[in-house]
Amino acid sequence: MNVNKIYPWYFSSGAIVLYLLFIVAPALLGIYYSFTDWNSYSSEKNFIGLEHFRTILAGDPTYLLFIKNTVLFTLITSIAKTVLGLFLALLLVSGVKAANLHRMIIFSPQVLSFLIVGLVFKSLLDPNNGFVNVTLRSLGLDVLAQNWLGSLTWAMPSIMAVDTWKGMGYIMVLFIAGLLAIPRDYYEAASIDGAGFWQKLFRITIPMLMPTITIATVLNITYGLRVFDAVYVLTNGGPGNATDVINTAVYSSFAKGYWGLGSALSTILFVIMAIISFFIIRLMNRKVEY
Amino acid sequence: MRVKKRLVSIGLNVLAWLLSLVVLIPFAVIVLNSFKSDAEAKVLKLTLPEKFIFENYKIVYEQGHLGGSFFNSLLHSTASSLLLVFVVAFSAFTLSRNYSKLSKFLYFFLILGITLPLNYIPLMEVMKSLGMINSHVGMILLYTAMGIPISLFITYAFVSNIPKELDEAAIMDGCNGIKLFLRIIVPLLTSVLVTVFVLNFLSVWNEFTAPLYMLNTVEMWPMTLAVYNFFGQFSAQWNLVSADIVLTSLPVLIVFLIGQKYIVGGLTSGAVKG
Repeated sequence: MNVNKIYPWYFSSGAIVLYLLFIVAPALLGIYYSFTDWNSYSSEKNFIGLEHFRTILAGDPTYLLFIKNTVLFTLITSIAKTVLGLFLALLLVSGVKAANLHRMIIFSPQVLSFLIVGLVFKSLLDPNNGFVNVTLRSLGLDVLAQNWLGSLTWAMPSIMAVDTWKGMGYIMVLFIAGLLAIPRDYYEAASIDGAGFWQKLFRITIPMLMPTITIATVLNITYGLRVFDAVYVLTNGGPGNATDVINTAVYSSFAKGYWGLGSALSTILFVIMAIISFFIIRLMNRKVEY
Repeated sequence: MRVKKRLVSIGLNVLAWLLSLVVLIPFAVIVLNSFKSDAEAKVLKLTLPEKFIFENYKIVYEQGHLGGSFFNSLLHSTASSLLLVFVVAFSAFTLSRNYSKLSKFLYFFLILGITLPLNYIPLMEVMKSLGMINSHVGMILLYTAMGIPISLFITYAFVSNIPKELDEAAIMDGCNGIKLFLRIIVPLLTSVLVTVFVLNFLSVWNEFTAPLYMLNTVEMWPMTLAVYNFFGQFSAQWNLVSADIVLTSLPVLIVFLIGQKYIVGGLTSGAVKG
C-alpha cells in the first residue's frame, strides 16, 4: 500500500495554511518587530537591536513588576486550583449524594467567558455596596470589609481568588476522571492491611494520580502565564500598575502606540512559553502513544 | 462505628452543598438583582426583589446592542466551528495514518500552538494586509486557526484508535483515500467531531481578547465586547448590568447543558488516557 496515495499529506493543507497565516506568521513577524522602534508616531520601522529588551529587563523596573506579577499569579493560582480541584474531586467521589449535580454546578463557571465572571465579581466586590462587603457588614464583621479590587494589598489576591473560583471546576473534573481510573482493589488491599484515610491518600491516590497532576499543572501554568481577561476586566492592571501582567502590559503598549515595545514584551512571553512547550509536547506525546 | 460513619457521611454532604453554594451564590445575586428596581439594586444583596421588574431586560436588549452582537457571536462561533471540524478531520486522518517523518513533524508543529501565546500586534498587521480587519470572514478564519491545535490533538488521538485493518479492507474493496475517509472514517469520528464543535463554539463565544484587538466598529462586535461596553456605560445601574450578564450567559449555559457530555469528555481526553 502506498501510504502517500491513500493518506496524502495535502489533506492537511487547509489546517496548515490557516495555522501558518494566523499563528506562525504573526509569531515570526512579532519577533522581528521586537527589534524595531515601530510606533504609531512615525511610519518608519527602524532596526534598534536589543534596546527594547534592555528597557524591559534592565531599564524600567515596572516591566520587571509585570513579569513578577505574571509568575506570582501563575504560581499561586496553579497551586490553589490543583489543591482545591483534588479536594473537590475526592469529596465528590466519596459517595456524597447528587455528586453529578455538584460536579455540574462547580464546573459551570468554566464555560462562561471571563468577561462575564469578571463583571459578576466586579459587582460583588464593590467596596461600598457590593455583595461581599454588604454581607460582611451585616454579620458585624466590618473590619474584614476591604476595597477588594482597589487596594494595593488586596487587588492581586482578589484576582487570583476569582480566577481560582472560575478554574477549579475544570481541574476537579480532570481529577474525578483520574480517580475513577484507579482500580478499587488497591484500596481494598490497603484496608485489609489496616491503612487509614491519610495513608491511602498519600500512598495510593496521589502516586496513582501523578499523570493527572502533571497535566493539571501544565494546563494551569500555560493558562496562568498567558492570563489577560481576568486582570483586564477586574482591575485593568490597577491600582497604578499593581496588578499588571505581561499581556495587559502588551495591550497597554499597543493602545499607547508603542508597537515595537509591545512586541518585545510578547516575545519574552513567547520565549518562556516555547521553553515550557517543549517539555509539554514531549509529555503529551507520551500520552498519545498508547 | 456506624454512628460515626453516618456522621461523616452527613458532614461530607453538607460540605459538598456549601462548596456548590460558593459557586451558586454569585450567580443567584446577579439573577435576583436583574429583576430589581434601580434603587433597590443599589446595594447588592441576596434578597428577593420587592417586585419583579422584567422591563430591565427590555432596556438592556435595546440599549446594549444585544440583538446584533448576538448574531455576530452566533455567526463567528458556528461558522468557525464548522470550518474547524472540516479541516481538523482531514488533517487528523492523514497525519495520524501517514507514518512519514513529514507528517509527524507537521503534527507536532500544529499542536505546538496549544501552548504558544498569540501575538496580537503583528496579527493585526497580517489581518490588515489580507484585508481582513473588521470583517466577519477574517474573524471566522482567525478563530478556526486558533482552534486547530487543541482540536487536532483531541481528534488525532481518536483516529489513532481506529484499527487500520478497516482501511485495508476498504482499500481492497476499491476505495481511494477520499472515499475511505468520507465513508468509513468520518462516521466513526462523529462523536469526537461533535466534541470539537462544541468546545470551539464555547471558546469562540467567550473570546474577548481577539475582538478587543481586531474589531473596532460596533456593528461587528460579539456579545462579549457589547457587554463590556455596556458595563462601561451603565456600571452604576446594577440591575441593568445584571440583566445584561444574565442574557449573555444564557446561550452558553444552554450549550453547556446540551453538550455537557462532549465538553467534559473533550476536556479530559488526553489528560487521563495512557
